[in-house]
Amino acid sequence: MSEDSRRFATKQDPTKALLRRNGRAPWLELVFHGLCAAVAWSALVVLAVLLFYVTKRGWSVLSWQFLTHAPSRFAHKAGVYPALMGSLWLIGLTILISVPLGVGAAIYLEEFARPTRWNRFLELNIANLAGVPSIIYGVLGLGVFVRWLQLGRSVLAGALTMSLLILPVVIIAAREAIRAVPDSIRQGAYALGATRWQTVRDHVLPAAMPGILTGLILSVARALGETAPLVTIGALTYVVFVPHSPLDPFTVLPIQIYNWASDYRREFHDLAAGAIVVLLAVLLSINAVAVVIRHRFEKYRPR
Amino acid sequence: MPEGKRLWWGLCVLSLGMVLGCAPSANRQVSVDGSSTVYPITQAVAEDFQATHPGVFVTVGISGTGGGFKKFLAKETDINDASRPIKPQELQRAQEQGIEFLELPIAYDGITVVVNPQNDWVDHLTLEELRRIWAPESSVRTWKDVRPQWPNRPIKLYGPGTDSGTFDYFTEAVMGKSGASRSDYQASEDDNVLVRGVATDRDALGYFGYSYYEENKDQLKAVPIDAGQGPVAPSPETIKTGRYVPLSRPLFIYVSLPALQREEVVQFVEFYLEEVPRLAQEVGYIPLSANIYSLVRQRFQQRRTGTLFQDHSGPVDLEKLLGGSLSQKE
Repeated sequence: MSEDSRRFATKQDPTKALLRRNGRAPWLELVFHGLCAAVAWSALVVLAVLLFYVTKRGWSVLSWQFLTHAPSRFAHKAGVYPALMGSLWLIGLTILISVPLGVGAAIYLEEFARPTRWNRFLELNIANLAGVPSIIYGVLGLGVFVRWLQLGRSVLAGALTMSLLILPVVIIAAREAIRAVPDSIRQGAYALGATRWQTVRDHVLPAAMPGILTGLILSVARALGETAPLVTIGALTYVVFVPHSPLDPFTVLPIQIYNWASDYRREFHDLAAGAIVVLLAVLLSINAVAVVIRHRFEKYRPR
Repeated sequence: MPEGKRLWWGLCVLSLGMVLGCAPSANRQVSVDGSSTVYPITQAVAEDFQATHPGVFVTVGISGTGGGFKKFLAKETDINDASRPIKPQELQRAQEQGIEFLELPIAYDGITVVVNPQNDWVDHLTLEELRRIWAPESSVRTWKDVRPQWPNRPIKLYGPGTDSGTFDYFTEAVMGKSGASRSDYQASEDDNVLVRGVATDRDALGYFGYSYYEENKDQLKAVPIDAGQGPVAPSPETIKTGRYVPLSRPLFIYVSLPALQREEVVQFVEFYLEEVPRLAQEVGYIPLSANIYSLVRQRFQQRRTGTLFQDHSGPVDLEKLLGGSLSQKE
């Protein structure tokens, strides 16, 4: 906090100093200053307006019943329960699959891999994968998980596809975090006789955890709102039950929102707004949990 | 570092749970996919079915009639919602795959041609005029181009996009060739956009499903169509009696024969045929006549497979077709 205020202070000081010295500010500087502030604030204003309208429209339908009932052709009976649970299942499985793979890959690339041509090729491709459009992952998921591995249109197939989608980002973020751990920590551990694995497990990973988690949060937020690949692999539109196992069919909140928003009856547009509020709430609570975990790790961070 | 250890253990336990959870679930499921036009009917049936049959789970997807058939013919779904009869290519694929299916008509859909309520010059359109307006490379730019006594105002066209079953059906019925249409019109897969467009533009002409017109009657004016027997306006009556030609069409479900070995699929289809007259009406479609429904039920009971539409395209008399097929092979 104090660090932040200091940063802002140094940024503002030169203008103020000039103002004091000359009695008037250089106008170009003021204009530029104002422009930058306007750009920064406009993003926030757009978000605020969006949140305001969605909440205003969706507020009337939000109730306990909305959260615990299945979708229905009657607007007053409809709810998001299967979609909400489907989204949670999907996110849970995606995290389970992508964290070990992503962090494992990052550890390998940062701590163990030698910079051979082969490894550089690997790194380059991971970076490339991060830029592939999500629908392509959907087609891949349909071919590999749904058809070839015969997983069907299940939560597991969806989670595997989503994991592929977010893995590059998770790996890149985890690598950055691991690279930011000072070498003195590794050398300290080696000096005390720790093996490479012990060093990574007990010192590097805990120190890098806040950075890894940040990358994970961003990826999960993306996966939660993603629709295209799920539609491609065949996530369904109308499901009134909750998946009991990873092989059950499912639907997710964004698909439910799309379905309601494209209905011709106005009551259903309100339901869509309500579902958006639920989606945002899920997103914010996942973020909150991650922030809490991050703080706990930061306490243990070796300095 | 106890914190780190706990995390590892947690991950291990969760992964184990995930693997154990992978055991196939014993749920009895019926999977339906296909046309977005039929979707509201199937959704309504599925909703009521699950209220009375706990333990059976019905899933309904929207992939379009063609996309649905792809999944149906890959044996991924039990039932396909279709807003048109199966196409020859799809039929061929079904034969290659050895998939036998039952073709069950369930309701009528009408396409309604609409104009703005403030449009006081259009009293009806002939099929020929519709054809000229919507033909590929059409030179119709103003209302005057359609009929000389109409005002010299630009005509603004609204219609569904090319992925829509309504587009396929309209072009087939009006132009005689599926997909043949001018492309310089305001296209949207979302019928709401079309309703709004026509409702706010005095020079607009558009077309979409009858149910959307029903729902927005106060903002739109339906145009009677003259297909040679005088202008006929769309209404449940004219659609049911087959007088509103060629812009009313039957909707179908296609049921996979192997899937009917599963009790829950049989139950669902029986329930569907029982309840669809009421539910189709409720969600804005037009039920078939009682006579036709009983023929469809007979067809289902006797498990008559194959399509009745192999050499038919365009408007058909369902009753004659179904009745003929049932008596023929008896």
